Amino acid sequence: MSESALLWGQLFNGISVASILLLAALGLALSFGLMRVINMAHGEMLMMGGYVAFICTTLFGKGPGLLVGLVVAFVGTALFGALMEITLIRRLYGRPLDTLLATWGVSLVLQQAARSIFGPIGVEVTAPAWLAGSFAIGGSALTGLGIPAVRLFIIVLAALVLGGVTLVIARTRIGLLVRAVHQDRGMADALGADTRRVDLAVFALGTGIAGLAGAALSLISPVTPTVGQSYIVYAFLVVILGGLGSLTGTLLAALVVGLFSATAQIFTSLGFSDVLLLLFVILFIQFRPRGIISQRSRALEEA
Amino acid sequence: MRRKEVGYVLLVVVAAFAPLYLSGYELSLLGRFLAFAILALGISLIWGTGGILSLGQGLFFGLGGYALAMHLKLAAAGPGQMPDFMQWSGLAATPWWWEPFRNPAFTLAAVVVLPGAAAMVLAYLVFRRRISGPYFAIITQALVLAAATLIISQQAYTGGFNGLTSFSDVFGFRLTDPHTQLGLYWITLGILAVTFTGLRYLLQSRFGKLLLAIRDGENRVRFLGYNPLPFKVLAFAIAGALAGISGALVTLSIGDISPAMFGVVPSIEMVIWVAVGGRDSLFGAILGTLVVNFGKDWISSAFPSLWLYVVGALFVLVVTAAPRGLVGLVQGNGPVAPLLRRFRVKAATQ
Repeated sequence: MSESALLWGQLFNGISVASILLLAALGLALSFGLMRVINMAHGEMLMMGGYVAFICTTLFGKGPGLLVGLVVAFVGTALFGALMEITLIRRLYGRPLDTLLATWGVSLVLQQAARSIFGPIGVEVTAPAWLAGSFAIGGSALTGLGIPAVRLFIIVLAALVLGGVTLVIARTRIGLLVRAVHQDRGMADALGADTRRVDLAVFALGTGIAGLAGAALSLISPVTPTVGQSYIVYAFLVVILGGLGSLTGTLLAALVVGLFSATAQIFTSLGFSDVLLLLFVILFIQFRPRGIISQRSRALEEA
Repeated sequence: MRRKEVGYVLLVVVAAFAPLYLSGYELSLLGRFLAFAILALGISLIWGTGGILSLGQGLFFGLGGYALAMHLKLAAAGPGQMPDFMQWSGLAATPWWWEPFRNPAFTLAAVVVLPGAAAMVLAYLVFRRRISGPYFAIITQALVLAAATLIISQQAYTGGFNGLTSFSDVFGFRLTDPHTQLGLYWITLGILAVTFTGLRYLLQSRFGKLLLAIRDGENRVRFLGYNPLPFKVLAFAIAGALAGISGALVTLSIGDISPAMFGVVPSIEMVIWVAVGGRDSLFGAILGTLVVNFGKDWISSAFPSLWLYVVGALFVLVVTAAPRGLVGLVQGNGPVAPLLRRFRVKAATQ
């Protein structure tokens, strides 16, 4: 394999990592932007999605099981998210640090539950035959570069979800309500928007997308009780980098983080690339403390 | 002296005589948990009073622990020699940044200064741009994750996943000698008592009042003409230095330090100690540390898989039902306070 093929291969890996990060961070960014709530159990939604995919593929076979798994993972984690919002997060409104701790508690319980049910060692989900191959790419510079179909599938899935969420927010009634509450909660409330239901819907949507991401992730890495932990910190960095203004910011930040760690790992070890990434984030917020794309506001305190 | 202070002095006296009535194992646990409590006092300062939640205190704990452990490894290797694990990894010479730690005085200073300075730089860089709240919490967590990954990946220089272990002497005293451990216990208790007293004075000073004001209304403080930055940075640096001292003492008590002791999960457990005891009370931080750690020791030996469920439930319960922790239950208008008041009135009338 030539030098440039290696580079392109790593670039492609970076984009597929970015896709997972994007799916994981979308829900975080949505609920953080709207409710100022950090859900530390968000990573465990990935984990639950992964286990759902595992159960479905063992029950229904590889091909149909995966499709069923994606749907069940989305609906299941969305319902779980709704339950969390009603029983816990709603009661802690306006106390972001306490919400962070309480949801961390939920995440510990979920991890331990997964350990009790599925054991501490990961379970594997094998991709169905139509996702098993890889596309060889010809051309002089790129000879020898194969793009695994699974990773392409994940990228397409992320693009579809991002497009879907953008459409919902831009074109539907619930999207209008979400934008209204996002811009000015008090005013939206006064004009009759049911802000609690908007919060609930957005939170459930976010956790559902994370579940979907987990099901997709299970195709490329084993599902373990701690799989969420390994992705969630990066997803949080994506949220910090991206800012709360727009989905575009989240997309850009996911690409930056994904590509950064993929390319940094060519030149240095995993440990150093993590440190470099973090230094980059801390440096970046020196210049743009509110992220790549921030909401313009004259408000002194973020409400 | 007021009644409260008499109570604190009595507690220190009772704890000082603990070697008389506790078994060796219990005493070593108590010593370790008291060392943890030094770190918890720091969390109480920044979180309870300053409103700064750090999920990365393990980083500073680890810095202090590793600083001392490096000295102990070099001392165990002997003058001019390389620590054993470096020889196994095939290093030619001890790295230059290890060399200063041969000096005991440098090491003792590094245990406090290194974590304190790291905390100061971090706090300055982040708070300067008015980034706080959940953002800061996430950044500290990412930092401790990166530090743990880095240490694990640099096996030859840091001992990797197993950390630094098998020490022999500490400043000329055999580490396994019961007398050394006894001395260590008293030193820990002494540092804790001094820290507690010092922080109490600090909180009653102008500095403490301003820190509290910054927690409750940072912009109002700004409008009153203060710059909140130095207060937050200094508080965070103090907490970092305390975490470093705590890390060094715990390293001595356990006899090793590894990434598993200061990673993401231990760091957040440190927050739960303070949350359980009562975040806005220094005494609560110590109480919570002891209660949670003795509870952990008991539960994880009796029902090993139960501990994480218990911690998870503790997080949810404390935050929703008792945000001011154990101390908050009995103080002021807490739910148990009326009972106590009635008891006190009865005792007074009799």
